[in-house]
Amino acid sequence: MNALLHHLLNLPPQASSVARGIDTLHYSVILATFLGVAVVAAITVWFIVRFHRRTEVPECTPRVVSSLRLELGVGGGLLALFCAWWVIGFAQYRDLETPPANAIPIYVTAKQWMWKFAYPGGPTSSEVLVVPVGTPVKLIMTSRDVIHGFYVPAFRIKQDVVPGRAITTWFDVVEPGTYDILCTQYCGTRHSFMRAQVVALAPADFARWLDAARGPLPLPGAKGEGQGLAARGHAVAAEHGCLRCHSVDGSPFIGPTWADAFGRRRPLAGGGDVLVDEAYLTESMMDPNAKVAAGFKAVMPSYQGVISPAETAALLEYIRSLRDVEPTTQVPAPTGPISIPEGVRDGGV
Amino acid sequence: MSDVLEVQYDTLARQHATARLGMWIFLASESLLFGGLFALYAAYRFIYPAEFHAAAAHANVVLGTINTYLLLTSSLTVALAIYETKHARRHRALILLAITIALGVTFEVLKGVEYGQHLADGIAPGGWYSYAALPAHGAVLYFTLYYLMTGLHALHVLGGLCALTWLWVLLYRGRLTPDSHVALELGGLYWHLVDLVWIFLWPLIYLVT
Amino acid sequence: MAASEPDYLRARSGIRSWLLTTDHKRIAIMFFVATTIAMMLGGTFAMLLRTKLLLPGPGIMEPITYNRMFTLHGVVMVFMFMIPAIPAVFGNFFLPIMLGAKDLAFPRINLASFYVYVFGATLTLWGMVHGGADTGWTFYAPYATVSPTDVAPIAIGVFVLGVSSIMTGLNFIATTHMLRREGLRWHGMPIFVWTLYATSIIQVIATPVLGLSVTLVALDHALKMGMFDPALGGDPVLFEHLFWFYSHPAVYIMILPGMGVVAEIIPTFAHKNQFSYKALAYSSLGIAFVGFLTWGHHLFVAGISQLDAALFGLMSMFVAIFSAIKVFTWVGTLYRGSIALKTPLLYMFAFIYLFVFGGMTGIAVATTSLDVHWHDTYFVIAHFHFIMIGGTLTAFLGATHYWFPKMFGRMYPERLGVVSAVLVFAGFNLTFVPQFLLGNAGMPRRYATYPVRFHLLNVISTIGAYTLGAALLLTLTYLLVALFYGKRAPANPWHSRGFEWRTPSPPPEHNFIKPFDPAYGPYAYDEPADPNLPKLDEAA
Repeated sequence: MNALLHHLLNLPPQASSVARGIDTLHYSVILATFLGVAVVAAITVWFIVRFHRRTEVPECTPRVVSSLRLELGVGGGLLALFCAWWVIGFAQYRDLETPPANAIPIYVTAKQWMWKFAYPGGPTSSEVLVVPVGTPVKLIMTSRDVIHGFYVPAFRIKQDVVPGRAITTWFDVVEPGTYDILCTQYCGTRHSFMRAQVVALAPADFARWLDAARGPLPLPGAKGEGQGLAARGHAVAAEHGCLRCHSVDGSPFIGPTWADAFGRRRPLAGGGDVLVDEAYLTESMMDPNAKVAAGFKAVMPSYQGVISPAETAALLEYIRSLRDVEPTTQVPAPTGPISIPEGVRDGGV
Repeated sequence: MSDVLEVQYDTLARQHATARLGMWIFLASESLLFGGLFALYAAYRFIYPAEFHAAAAHANVVLGTINTYLLLTSSLTVALAIYETKHARRHRALILLAITIALGVTFEVLKGVEYGQHLADGIAPGGWYSYAALPAHGAVLYFTLYYLMTGLHALHVLGGLCALTWLWVLLYRGRLTPDSHVALELGGLYWHLVDLVWIFLWPLIYLVT
Repeated sequence: MAASEPDYLRARSGIRSWLLTTDHKRIAIMFFVATTIAMMLGGTFAMLLRTKLLLPGPGIMEPITYNRMFTLHGVVMVFMFMIPAIPAVFGNFFLPIMLGAKDLAFPRINLASFYVYVFGATLTLWGMVHGGADTGWTFYAPYATVSPTDVAPIAIGVFVLGVSSIMTGLNFIATTHMLRREGLRWHGMPIFVWTLYATSIIQVIATPVLGLSVTLVALDHALKMGMFDPALGGDPVLFEHLFWFYSHPAVYIMILPGMGVVAEIIPTFAHKNQFSYKALAYSSLGIAFVGFLTWGHHLFVAGISQLDAALFGLMSMFVAIFSAIKVFTWVGTLYRGSIALKTPLLYMFAFIYLFVFGGMTGIAVATTSLDVHWHDTYFVIAHFHFIMIGGTLTAFLGATHYWFPKMFGRMYPERLGVVSAVLVFAGFNLTFVPQFLLGNAGMPRRYATYPVRFHLLNVISTIGAYTLGAALLLTLTYLLVALFYGKRAPANPWHSRGFEWRTPSPPPEHNFIKPFDPAYGPYAYDEPADPNLPKLDEAA
């Protein structure tokens, strides 16, 4: 039955843990729709045939009026059916909206017209979201420009990705494979090209992939002296989730970019400015709200006691190594009421 | 609205009653126009309570309060003008209507002064905002809403003033009589709406701090 | 009497007698012309869009051209055709007649509403030529505030069109309250008047909020006001709330008058009293009020709270019951009637089928968990086209055929009418049933290009669209011919008891030779017609 209806209704594969249940409700609603249409059509046709006009000029017809009881019966019966669907549908919706406690967090950033995925512990990827089969995955999503829609038809999940908000959705893949990610909220010229893929791997394969991805990290833009310490700083930045808010190529994001920052004076939110040097950077890591850069919200958590002095030094060296990076062209400024995604504080996991 | 009986009505009284009903329907529609802005205000105040609090403290409560008194008084004078017209005291009605117009004009001038003060501080709507003492997003939204709400209201005051001036001319030429002055009643109704909207704006903008 | 009172078309002549008329019937005809042009324009865009989608890749137009075109299709169809179509044309023409009034309460406001419409439409069309917004008819912020295209003129045009809609609604409410003929009780009014009354309430209450929200978007785009711009602290989801606070009730602005048309045509051609007059009357008001509490079902995946989703979902189930009761009553009216299967009735059967299917799929997308899969896919496109085209267009066509003799004094060709009704129905289903399947498979809406696996269904849909377009052209052609060469229509060709059929075809300038007697009700088919009714046809 499932296979037949699934095929007739042209549904995508049922690749997530919730898909089967949602499809069952889908079948009941669509079958009831067809049944309703058939009943109305059958009665109409029967009346047309049975009560067809037989004279050129119609004669008087008997006055027939429905009883209130009949109307209430029809209305009440249908309302009961609709409410039953509402109860089941809402229960499923709650499940879709509530990620399980053991879900792996992955950070998703949408922008015109691409998807970026960041894993706890550092690795990031574009356009391909690699996940394990059989483990719930929680996506913490935000957009850097306009509203996008994260949609995986095979998982029956969809969530608008709104700039200025971190919105969560989750799924648990049941079948290894490759599944389309489509953008459903119209987002501009190349909206229909904003496609990506979920690659679901068996747990062992996923672990191998993650290890490989965590391996030697590229150093975008870094040059100059102190490569060794700077490289370590980049790894530290990735591990502690710094790069989820600070870019290294000049594009503004939740926090100020690190590109071309060191040694310059930076305007502060409360007025005045400050020289970006080792002292200021260290203070900003330990007491981020002391001097907030103008144009940014005070949302950074303190890393006091979270990163070791050696790691701090490596980070400073890394930021210093980025001072000659030519900032890329400015993307629209970052977003408004940022709520910090859970898990950023302790770097996830 | 005119005193010529139109073909679709049986009596002039019916025609006037219909005109009044039409005005009430229009006012219902108008209140929803402001209602949308009030809803936005409520939502943003919920998101940024502290910033709204701080920004409202910066609003010019003295001018706002004077304006409240001006508008409330003008509502009284326009009501009295209708009363005097009903009782065939045209001269008094003309004076009262003139006072109403003068109060409305003063309101607009004070509003302009208030805008001028804010703009001098760099408090402009939206992306043009540059007031360093209140840099937060909530404050920008507060002042953008301030400009939108009071601006829309000021446009309504302006429209009301035009209507009242036209009515004054009608009254002066003797076209509004004790038996037939529905145009003046409609003008008065509209003016009361303008007043009523301000009664909501006053606490929302000046008194919430 | 005919000699002393010519019909409204011949009462005056000259271009000024049309352009400056305050006669509700002539204004209705002007709206008829304007909305038909709008429909043809919107339909042309639809044909071009479907042609583009014949191929999965970039075909006859660039993505940005496609994006502009679907925006224009939506804006033109929603704001220039579907919202004014039935109220401003048939409501304008028949509401005063059905109430026994000589005109609307405010004839000059009525005329002004036409010119406001023309101004709004011109502004919007100018905006299309000038920059052509690519935001979709929903103008979602923040995309609409950063779009590279010119959003402001089109948004302001929509605002102006809304003002016209408010003027119409205001006029209808005042007329219904104050200009009912003596002896005509509320419960004696035709159902079409009830539905127009309910529609007018929505127009007056909801439209200002739309005007406000599109104006704010225009200000955001043109002047960086930043009301919904996250970079300035604004929340784009608030725009969605404001927009749908209007635009969901607006769906009922489009469908309620159509429901009124069904409730007029079925009793006439079944020669039968309404199965339940009160159910039809009060369900219209019920839809108007409960319809204001359901807008959140457009935001199930936008990031609203679970409580909001639950409540809006539940209210959506409630509002559907009123529609279900209407279907029940329409079908029940056929029982023991004397059914004549003429073109208008065929359109009504099409309406009922499309409406039941569209309504039930509405229940489907109001079911929260299912909506997550279907939201913003072609399933939703198919669903609302079933309601809006299935509803508004078939009701519009049915009303055109039904009232054509009354409005123009000519009969339309019945056989061609049946053929085109069947073609419209077939073309419609061929266009939109595949789109349900595309939505099930997950094809998002507003897609300039699509994955190859959606190709076949898109081709079928395009063939259906061409069929529909051809059927509509056929209809337009024979109606234009009938306008000049059709058989002269008698006063009451359908043997209806409706009030509007108790005056000559076309009616005189002040609607009646002798006012009708409301004691003989519009649906009283169990007793002989009013014996005192003048012999209208002999007069003509």
